[in-house]
Amino acid sequence: MRNMDDYIITVENLVKKFGALTAVNDISFNVKSGEIFGFLGPNGAGKTTTIGVLCTLVQPTSGRAILNGFNVVHQQSQVRQSIGLVFQDPSLDDQLTGLQNLRFHASVYNVPGSILAQRIEHVLKMTELWDRRNNQVRTYSGGMKRRLEIARGLLHHPKVLFLDEPTLGLDPQTRNRIWEYIIELQRKEGTTIFLTTHYMDEADKADRIAIIDYGKLIVMDTPSNLKKMAGSDIISVKTADDDRAIGEIKLRYGIEASRSSNGVNFGVTNGEEFLPSFIKGFGIPILSVSLRRPSLEDVFLKLTGREIREENVDAMKAMVQMHGRRMRR
Amino acid sequence: MVSSIIFPLFFLFIFGSGLGSRLGLLGPGVNFSQFMFPGVIGMTVFMGSFMGGVSVVWDREFGFLKEVLVAPISRTSVALGKTLGSATIALIQGVITLIFAPLIGVYPSALTVLSLLPLMFLLAVTMGAFGVLLATRIKSMQAFQVVMQMLMFPMMFLSGVFFPVEGLPGWMNFLVKINPATYGIAPIRQVMLGGGSGSTFGISLFGHNMSLWDNVGVLAGFGIVIMLMAIWSFRTQG
Repeated sequence: MRNMDDYIITVENLVKKFGALTAVNDISFNVKSGEIFGFLGPNGAGKTTTIGVLCTLVQPTSGRAILNGFNVVHQQSQVRQSIGLVFQDPSLDDQLTGLQNLRFHASVYNVPGSILAQRIEHVLKMTELWDRRNNQVRTYSGGMKRRLEIARGLLHHPKVLFLDEPTLGLDPQTRNRIWEYIIELQRKEGTTIFLTTHYMDEADKADRIAIIDYGKLIVMDTPSNLKKMAGSDIISVKTADDDRAIGEIKLRYGIEASRSSNGVNFGVTNGEEFLPSFIKGFGIPILSVSLRRPSLEDVFLKLTGREIREENVDAMKAMVQMHGRRMRR
Repeated sequence: MVSSIIFPLFFLFIFGSGLGSRLGLLGPGVNFSQFMFPGVIGMTVFMGSFMGGVSVVWDREFGFLKEVLVAPISRTSVALGKTLGSATIALIQGVITLIFAPLIGVYPSALTVLSLLPLMFLLAVTMGAFGVLLATRIKSMQAFQVVMQMLMFPMMFLSGVFFPVEGLPGWMNFLVKINPATYGIAPIRQVMLGGGSGSTFGISLFGHNMSLWDNVGVLAGFGIVIMLMAIWSFRTQG
């Protein structure tokens, strides 16, 4: 039995409905203090809504959520003081300089004046923005803005840092650097990191991962345990007729195969030995075949029936739609 | 900012010069420009503060509003701050417009100017709160601008800026009397051009001739109600 104090976030039977749509459908989970918690799911699965509830921006329809010992509905101010947020969309005042943005943040989060200058210097140097601190934010690049948001999210030493797609659209170099800060922060400050991401290599850095789809929590475990779930080896084949191939795989080996952009995927226990006999005996012409160790992506595909990569396209579509909506309104 | 000073001045000088010579005196020793001038002061304050709500929409558009909404600060104080901010700017704009008084032959005393300030500020807070109220519910910049203009111009024309509002047709009288701005323009005119209740420049409500304090009371009532609505609306927005 774990002590309740070990959990920094406790979510019990959380439900959020928007009219007829149930965005979050009876979710319960705990986040341990000091861990990196990965929250994954296709777009529209309820990730952002759940984060919205946890950071007091969205009122839950029913259920309960406790963060740092405070109820997110009844103790909003204390919850807000306990969290830092890095949003998917920028939330900086780009008419102000980087320094002014941080000062504003410090004043609304009650950072004591005596340690303010030193804290600001620390976070700005950590995110390598110190030299640009007196420039207006609108002159920053996308990566710099994101780094400034992260610096700002850390300024008041939050207990929990929510990172909603913190590295979406950033170049690999910046992504790596941001991850160095995040991990350093978790080690040094013991900050709990609540992360959503579309990059599976980033999700791999989490201590535990929860996958949600259609507002339901499907699974929650460590990345390595999740990978074991996906079967030990993954075989991808391209055939002349993928639909028939799925049927034949089921018939011959009793394995449920799934389609993906590069053909048909299925898992087997000992791929190296399985493959030669498979190629010899298969009734449908095989165009190409490959074997690899399972990744989180496979877990995701297996559990949600969708590829996380499709997400990026979906995300783009959603963005385009959002822009369209804005224009029309 | 500049446009909300220049625009009323256009009205003052173009309307004033164009119509003024035909209209003659509107009251004892008061020509059309002089009649319109207090209205134009009110209009400057009105426009400036009403449009101030745009900063909320602007913050939302650029995402900064989210930073404010998740901060551990009371949303009531944010709503009040936004309102008082736009009211202050509008007050300054109104004072700048006052400088043009001598050009149309109005010479307010220092005391008059001093007593105008609280009246202008009350109007500014009321309309500033109205702007914030709309901004919390209208999420896009384009829609906000459309709604602003659709509300602002009728409210301006039906507030007694350009003509005396007594003896109007029934429907128009109704619209004038439910317009909060009416009770902001009237006392400014009463202070600048003199004349208590019942004079040419006063207004009446339900047959009662409104004194300066009556007008201030009604405006303050509107102000408090609109402010409370704005605060409630700001607190409940996602």
